[in-house]
Amino acid sequence: MAKKLPSVDALMIGFGWTGAIMAQELTDAGLNVLALERGAWADTSREFATTFAQDELRYFWRHDLFQTTAHDTQTIRNDASQVALPMRKLGSYLPGTNVGGAGVHWNGQTWRFLPSDFVARSHNLQRYGAAAIPDTMTIQDWGVTYDDLEPYYDRFERLCGISGKAGNIGGQIQAGGNPFEGPRSREYPNPPMAMSYPPALFAEAATGLGLHPFPQPSANMSHAYVNPLGVRLEACTYCGFCEKFACGNYSKASAQTTILPVLMKKPNFRLRTECEVMRINLDASGKRAVSVTYVDASGEEFEQPADLIVLCSYILNNVRLLLLSGIGAPYDPQTGQGVIGKNYAYQITSSVNLFYDDKILNPFIGAGAHGMLVDEWNGDNFDHAGLGFIGGGFVGVVQTGARPIETHPVPEGTPNWGGAFKKAVAANYLKSMSIATHGAVMSHRGNYLDLDPTYRDVYGRPLLRMTFDYTDNEHRMSDYLTDRSVDIARAMKAREIRVNRRMGSWDVVPYQTTHNTGGAMMGVDPSTSAVNRYLQSWDVPNLFVMGSSAFPQNPGYNPTGTVAALAYASAAAITQRYLKAPGALA
Amino acid sequence: MRTHPLILLAVVAAAITTVTVFGQSAPTPPATPAKKPRHADAALDAHAPRAAASTAVPAWLVAGAASAAASPAGTASPVAVQRPAADAPLVDRGRYLAAAGDCAGCHTTQGGAPYAGGRPLETPFGTVLSANLTPDASGLKSWNADQFYRAMHEGISANGDHLYPAFPYNYFAKMPRADTDALFAWLQSLPPVANRPDRNQLPFPFNIRSLMAVWNLLYLDKATFAPEASHSEQWNRGAYLVEGPGHCAACHTPKTVLGGPKTGRDFQGGAFGTWFAPDLTPNARSGLGGWTHDETVAFLRTGRNAHASAYGEMGLVVQDSTSMLSDDDLLAMATYLGDRVASPTLSMTPPDTATMKAGEAIFVDECSACHLMHAQGQALAFPPLAHSANVQQVDPGTALHLILAGAQAAPTRAEPTPFTMPAFDWKLDDRQVAAVATYVRNNWGNAAPEVSADDVAKLRAKLKFDATASGHTKATPLTRPGPNTLGTADTDSRDNGTPQAGRAAPAGDGGASMPAAAASGG
Repeated sequence: MAKKLPSVDALMIGFGWTGAIMAQELTDAGLNVLALERGAWADTSREFATTFAQDELRYFWRHDLFQTTAHDTQTIRNDASQVALPMRKLGSYLPGTNVGGAGVHWNGQTWRFLPSDFVARSHNLQRYGAAAIPDTMTIQDWGVTYDDLEPYYDRFERLCGISGKAGNIGGQIQAGGNPFEGPRSREYPNPPMAMSYPPALFAEAATGLGLHPFPQPSANMSHAYVNPLGVRLEACTYCGFCEKFACGNYSKASAQTTILPVLMKKPNFRLRTECEVMRINLDASGKRAVSVTYVDASGEEFEQPADLIVLCSYILNNVRLLLLSGIGAPYDPQTGQGVIGKNYAYQITSSVNLFYDDKILNPFIGAGAHGMLVDEWNGDNFDHAGLGFIGGGFVGVVQTGARPIETHPVPEGTPNWGGAFKKAVAANYLKSMSIATHGAVMSHRGNYLDLDPTYRDVYGRPLLRMTFDYTDNEHRMSDYLTDRSVDIARAMKAREIRVNRRMGSWDVVPYQTTHNTGGAMMGVDPSTSAVNRYLQSWDVPNLFVMGSSAFPQNPGYNPTGTVAALAYASAAAITQRYLKAPGALA
Repeated sequence: MRTHPLILLAVVAAAITTVTVFGQSAPTPPATPAKKPRHADAALDAHAPRAAASTAVPAWLVAGAASAAASPAGTASPVAVQRPAADAPLVDRGRYLAAAGDCAGCHTTQGGAPYAGGRPLETPFGTVLSANLTPDASGLKSWNADQFYRAMHEGISANGDHLYPAFPYNYFAKMPRADTDALFAWLQSLPPVANRPDRNQLPFPFNIRSLMAVWNLLYLDKATFAPEASHSEQWNRGAYLVEGPGHCAACHTPKTVLGGPKTGRDFQGGAFGTWFAPDLTPNARSGLGGWTHDETVAFLRTGRNAHASAYGEMGLVVQDSTSMLSDDDLLAMATYLGDRVASPTLSMTPPDTATMKAGEAIFVDECSACHLMHAQGQALAFPPLAHSANVQQVDPGTALHLILAGAQAAPTRAEPTPFTMPAFDWKLDDRQVAAVATYVRNNWGNAAPEVSADDVAKLRAKLKFDATASGHTKATPLTRPGPNTLGTADTDSRDNGTPQAGRAAPAGDGGASMPAAAASGG
């Protein structure tokens, strides 16, 4: 029997970016807030100290910061005709655990989505007609616009001290920035990062082709920064250990480096770590969440009541907890009815390697979001007429570093092992670079999340089953981006190039991105969305669901900026409206 | 070296056994309210209204208010602290004085109830647990203001026992009765907490409390603070805070073998546990000579300035004490400290080039990412090592402690970021630590005595010894998680932690009650 604990005003399930943002906002509003985190306490001082943080074997290859698949994983299949099997080793995506979540080991690529991304269905219908969107493509408008979110994007960028160059301030295009971005209210809080040789070479060639390269908006600090909470971040050392690693230099924005020093001291905030929520409990009406049941590290079960519950875990856990708790109608791919698990999407990436003889590129100098990009082929920044796909992505050189175990670029035709391989690695390590493409994935009727009928986690709960594959839209789009990259690569005059297209079905290996989206999407209609524009559950109004699970489809950018903006917008709706009159927000 | 004080005090103890036994046989009776006041300024009855006191407050006591115009420019605080006016309620003035005296620093354990005592204080003579100051039967419930005044002035407990000068009454003796009354009133207003630490853990002969009568003859001046007319009110206010409640010299003045302050060496820096409390005199190399008064104020208020961050014990002092004082009072302290006699400048022979070369290699690899290549540091985050006073102390203890054990800069309201120096104990051996410390102490214009591998080995051993002997980890390696990683983090993380933390609970517990059918039945 679960031990029942005293009630709290607001409960966060999960304590990564959105949990920390929401807890900060709700404690400021005077609520008594508790956060439950399944992982352990983690802080820069001890867990990520510079004396050991840059340990490629420990952190990337042995997954020290990631979810343990023996504890919980997903079963995976490409389509409903297959039997899903559990992913026993992480690969394609890397869900985090512990305080700070995946926001600890992110790269820091901090984007705003395009204004047209938020109205993907109506915009594409209007521009290209009904034929552009096949019946099986289930994309939707978000129910929130870029303009609605602009102030909240701005808040997150100020919180983090994002380094970048504005391309559009109040409608005025700014030289050196991304001319395609939506209008922003002001310049980034930090200037762009200093560029190393590979991004600079890319920018030079792109400019020569008439494109508009701009610096990657980055949560790695180009300069020291004090955020509005008084918390300091320090200048990045370009050590090249962001992606898959925690930053020991206080140079990458994370909950730890932006919010926790202030939040953890508040008397009305409490965090319980190593407490995994089993389910959200509803009252007899099924319309009100009354508590959560969680299990602590010793295996003891507790019931934690709360007036307001905010689901802040990773998208895959968000969707799974909703399904396990019987909140919302599960999606049925046969009928198209139901919403929980619907419109799961991902990202599609490809690359082109460049090999030089005459250039020492020092690729180990890097940072997670240290690059030069072009956005000419993202979203609907270009005419898709006759191309056979919608959506797009950014293209560019992001020099995240070149960790020695992971990085061994070799030209086409090199053996995969042995003396010739080693020789090729040694010859090319300092003289190669890569152009990457980062493309959108539209939602499709056959891509969804549900509970696996066979496999269970350590607590005996069904695993989440992921049914996902790229469709023709994704492949055509990705190939288009890859071809554009080849054009630029040729202009960069390398000795040779190697094109790595994304071929065939999606697979759980190799690593691609941790940009899983959808499954509890936002919208304006309860029959086609799980949460409203404030991320409030249509079915259970005292439950709010944060995160990229709200994305109806996945645009061609990294998701964190939008995840955070949506969390701030939701927090504003809660503190300014919901708390005054708890109930469904119109 | 460390055993000398013990041996010497034992000899003294043996020589005066008669006196102490005699003293024990006739203990001072517990003070009663009827007892006559000992000092002119103590003529106020503990229960009398405070209005009378305010009219008699001497000028140096209100110097903070009088010198408001002298508030340093550029240090305007978003969390400015106001010093209570002289006629403010007694408890308010007491709260402020408790902050000035950093009572919480010793009388609160990590994570424990405020002022409930029990914190182990390591002295060269053994470990003393601090007293419970809350008005519980196990604390000060039965005390009155006279008894409290006597404790503050003479180091004598309500029951007549001598207190150990780990409780720095030789400094608190400077406080006038009005201030001890305010402090007492405030302590009596705290929520009572039952906690009766074992206060008699010292080994023989130091467990004979009456020995302290001899110590008092040597080191206790019972006179309350008297302002010097030749100096400004600000200077006198600073002198009172520094010499009285602030008891800065308790750590920053070198000690005799008996634990008393060394004559003529005021504020020249002193060993304190596994730290070396640095030189506070105006010496330009090792003291505050390179700091402006505003910078000293910023350090005391926020725990950071352009030169240094507050770590370790000083971090606690800033958090619990100086950050709670008004800028005027902090400026007064800076003014007084700036007017001390500078410590002598040592003439040094530069270290050999081989050591410097070895140290440079380690510095570039391990230190330069934060402190930068020319050791200029990053403002208010990673302190500069070039021209750092802390680095150039005669005694390298604090520098070595920071390298071996790491330390977290004390987060304060003004500077909440807990920047941390990581621990290198597991990464660098004694020779390497000595080399990099010597290099840092003698490069970029720095000059300080060379550090030997032996110095490092001794401190390394001592850090381990402290961690086990006292039952609490003083030199916590910053390579492990802990609940205090972010200041006063209110996390249950360690409370419910197990060796399986963050991993699976036993399978099957929840499975039976959570069938898939029920779970997906929404």
